[in-house]
Amino acid sequence: MSGLKDAAHLFRFAGLFVVAFLVFLVVRGYVVPKTFGQYGHYRGAALGEIAARPVKFAGHQTCEGCHSDIADTKTKGAHGHVNCEACHGALAAHADDPTSVTPVKPDTLTLCVRCHTATAAKPKSFPQVNPADHMGGVPCETCHNPHSPALGADAGASPAAGGAK
Amino acid sequence: MNISRRHLLVLLPAAAVAWKYVEAGEPEASPNYRMSEHWWGMLINIPKCIGCGNCVRACATENEVPDGYFRTWVERYHVTDTNMTNPEVISPDGGKEGFPVAEEDAGKYFFVPKMCNHCADSPCTQVCPVGATFVSPDGVVLVDQKYCLGCAYCVQACPYGCRYLHPTKHVADKCTLCYHRITKGLTTACCEACPTGARQLADLKNPNDPIHEFLKTHPVEVLKPQMATGAKAYYYGLDGSVR
Repeated sequence: MSGLKDAAHLFRFAGLFVVAFLVFLVVRGYVVPKTFGQYGHYRGAALGEIAARPVKFAGHQTCEGCHSDIADTKTKGAHGHVNCEACHGALAAHADDPTSVTPVKPDTLTLCVRCHTATAAKPKSFPQVNPADHMGGVPCETCHNPHSPALGADAGASPAAGGAK
Repeated sequence: MNISRRHLLVLLPAAAVAWKYVEAGEPEASPNYRMSEHWWGMLINIPKCIGCGNCVRACATENEVPDGYFRTWVERYHVTDTNMTNPEVISPDGGKEGFPVAEEDAGKYFFVPKMCNHCADSPCTQVCPVGATFVSPDGVVLVDQKYCLGCAYCVQACPYGCRYLHPTKHVADKCTLCYHRITKGLTTACCEACPTGARQLADLKNPNDPIHEFLKTHPVEVLKPQMATGAKAYYYGLDGSVR
């Protein structure tokens, strides 16, 4: 017995370790998020949180739901593959509430030249003009319908019919 | 302030319960989306890129990217015939407002859109000390901004320079491949806004995705393949001078 009596301080120390380990487990249980490790070494709930962020670009499918006439005009022309919001900007707010949020018509003098200004860096097959020579400050939509830009390509695609309202 | 042992015994469990409540806030993910059915990547068609900057602006709008920081950007390369190994690269404000006019007959020019490559074996996720950044089960490299410490190890680890520390949130920020859009069946903001189709979102697990036919029939490259990052931004028409 005397040997064990001499070792009492060791048992106290061991007890301290056990208590510390239990405290660690309890603290860990509270501090580590519930979904940590669900899919890997990260918080699984983060995926849902990131996926829940709001959308700003509605997507052309949404636009075409209401503006099918313009979509039809556009499909026939050279801008058929250009999505609505590429020019009109992010309009999910308009799609959610069409009456109170109305889009601003883009200024063709700044919009069109972004893509169509001639520069050696663009692919040769891409239609390019020198804005100063080509139109001299006259807005593009005076001659071209932005939704179907070829001149006289489609009688139904006049600026009045296809232009943004 | 003096806290007695009795007060501490009451306060600690109360704080624990409060913390549990904070952690419980889990927003609703997209209900019809199954992560196991997707493996996302991006196809970037360099000959189609006209350097208009639509993708950069759309990304900034969609994801509220602060000015001067970029989740995607466009570079213009200028390679002269006699100095192939030292291209001149410009990216004014990330190409957000386009590029200056390039002169004819002065060598080769082309645009290279850059973004997170959503690497399958991503160096950035491997260095995170707390598990705040990860490759999701559907192949998107994401940052858990509630968990990130802002140590910026990942910013240094990314070989493509695709990460930054958010100037006001002070946590790592990067391209999410518009995870909030692709899980709802939409394409990314940059793809939606690209007027020429130079960017295409690709679902490598979807057998009907045109990416499979494209990869089979076209020469395609990833950036820095020697780093074996498992990059999933596939570049068609990539010049060897691109870093």
